[in-house]
Amino acid sequence: MSEKKSLFEKLASGQIWTSIFRGGGVPRSRRQRMMVVLNSVFLHLHPVRLPKHAVKLKFTWCMGGLSFFIFLILTISGILLMFYYRPTIEYAYTDMMDLTEQVPFGIMREIHRWGAHAMVITVWLHMFRVFMTGSYKPPREFNWAIGVILLVLTLLLSFTGYLLPWDQLAIWAIAVGSNMAGATPFLGAEGPGSALLAIGDINFITKVSDARFGLIGGRFLGEATLLRFYVLHCIGLPFIIMIFMAVHFWRIRKDGGISTPV
Amino acid sequence: MESFKSVINYISNPTILVTAVLLIFPFIFPPTEWFYKINKRLRLDKLWTGKGLLVMTVVTISFFIFGLGDYNFKSIVLKPDNVPISGLILLLIFFTWLSMSQAYKNDALVEKGKSVDEYYDAPNDKVLVWPDLVYVELISLILFSAFMLIWSIGLPAPLEQPANPAESPNPAKAPWYFLGLQEMLVYFDPWYAGVVLPTFIIVGLMAIPYIDSDPNGSGYYSYKDRKLSVSIYLFGWLILWNVLIVIGTFLRGPNWGFFGPFEYWDSHRLEALTNVNLSEFVYVKWLEIGLPQSILLREAPGLILVFIFIGVLPVLLAKTILKKYYEDLGPSRYSIFVVLMIFGALLPLKMYLRWLFNLKYLISIPEYFFNF
Ligand code: HEM
Repeated sequence: MSEKKSLFEKLASGQIWTSIFRGGGVPRSRRQRMMVVLNSVFLHLHPVRLPKHAVKLKFTWCMGGLSFFIFLILTISGILLMFYYRPTIEYAYTDMMDLTEQVPFGIMREIHRWGAHAMVITVWLHMFRVFMTGSYKPPREFNWAIGVILLVLTLLLSFTGYLLPWDQLAIWAIAVGSNMAGATPFLGAEGPGSALLAIGDINFITKVSDARFGLIGGRFLGEATLLRFYVLHCIGLPFIIMIFMAVHFWRIRKDGGISTPV
Repeated sequence: MESFKSVINYISNPTILVTAVLLIFPFIFPPTEWFYKINKRLRLDKLWTGKGLLVMTVVTISFFIFGLGDYNFKSIVLKPDNVPISGLILLLIFFTWLSMSQAYKNDALVEKGKSVDEYYDAPNDKVLVWPDLVYVELISLILFSAFMLIWSIGLPAPLEQPANPAESPNPAKAPWYFLGLQEMLVYFDPWYAGVVLPTFIIVGLMAIPYIDSDPNGSGYYSYKDRKLSVSIYLFGWLILWNVLIVIGTFLRGPNWGFFGPFEYWDSHRLEALTNVNLSEFVYVKWLEIGLPQSILLREAPGLILVFIFIGVLPVLLAKTILKKYYEDLGPSRYSIFVVLMIFGALLPLKMYLRWLFNLKYLISIPEYFFNF
């Protein structure tokens, strides 16, 4: 121990550092580098070692990782937005105005909105790369199916968020989408077969009991719709997508890590 | 200049655009050996070289730059929510190129009896996650964060007039990622375009690994040995999904009418559309006896046609051109595969029936809200 240590190295072998990062010091040896990954709850989403093509950008395009990263950005910026946004018809729109005009560094709305667009695109591209490398093939079939659910959830998250600014763009886009629910076969009042679900003259599926009503919480887009979409957007769907992401990541490891040629 | 613009306006009409794409597609992404040979002979695989990428991006970017000089083009393309779609177009070109170029390279390696680029000698060729992967991830995150910041500072999020349920904008558009489905509303009723079709897409995507269950070709880019599946996937994803989104976003104006990229969105333009149902074709135009009273009889032509499509066609195909697939896949996989394919093919088919014959519905039972 005669050579001089840099400040960082001194810090890294001190008690505080080693209590947080077991092993201590700057990881130099092979063993230390493996332990870094194993000892960290975040890093150990990864395996310790990977086939060499798996770390190349041209293979994975980093799209799955980016999708996850954007999800994190969206969570953080979304939480910040929740401090300023009230999901009522009275306030929603004006809160949006305030967000851009009154809040210092008011780009959280931009980060959140463009992040949402970006996530849709990265998830699509991720799926595209998984397909093109044939990575959906056995034993990864089920993880592909989980992925499809993640894709649907991503789109639903984006869709529910679209309503929240409560401007013309928002409600009419959601109107187009939610009118479709009214046409659901059997379950929508204007869907084929809904008239069959009746006893005598009494229809079960009407404008006040069909799928569209359930989705928007009323006969027309209004207060109830906004609250419903808000809750789904901020709590319901993120909760579900996190569960599926956990399964997705777990399965990548359990299916033998990133796919490789046999 | 103006004549160039009117040519572009003309050829971006869905009838021409979709036809052109349908004709060119199988040569660029050949589904069978026959097309594959032509692809090679025409040297279309040149698209997947560095030069190919250069040409494709330069052409696309110059088109955008040229277009931005036009007021109508600019006002649509620079709408804040549309900006990501222009980005998507470039990304699609780049990533299609990236995957296809690696696929063709690997195909060439395999042909020479060498192992593919991704091949590794387990376990010797493994690298450590720390630092090899962690730093790639870190750099991606930093670059991406920088990109997000620039994007967010440069382009304000849109906020239009406060919501007014009484005044609907024209056109009223769904969020852009659903515009492919909204485009389908032109040809199908909401119960199909908005509910059943998305369900088919989700189920169909999930079914992919169970239909294409050949374990070979996993873990590396390749084309030659997976021609059919890659070609079908790319057709669905690039054409049926993304091209329709681009049409829905940039080329659909008031009353969901078609407008070329350099055309003014005139909300007073009238489309004279008199669409006719199949039953009217059969009973009124051909047989000249008027529509029958009984619904079943009235819709018989459409019902029979759809039955042939879903019930008879798969069997016929299994006995003839798809015999090999039937034998490989077995009855249950084969039926799911073919029925999904038929429903996929119904989309362009219905478009053409509309364009050629103004056909509205094959089956039309408004009594039960059932129009198909
Ligand atoms: C919220 C969306 C998603 C996230 C955050 C996510 C995340 C990831 C990550 C980080 C990986 C590791 C390898 C890589 O980055 O390529 C991965 C792999 C994988 N993903 Fe996703 N994914 C998502 C959606 C999807 C979708 C939509 C699909 C397909 C339909 C899918 C199918 C797969 C499969 C099969 C693998 C294994 C690939 C291999 O072993 O090469 N994922 N995912």
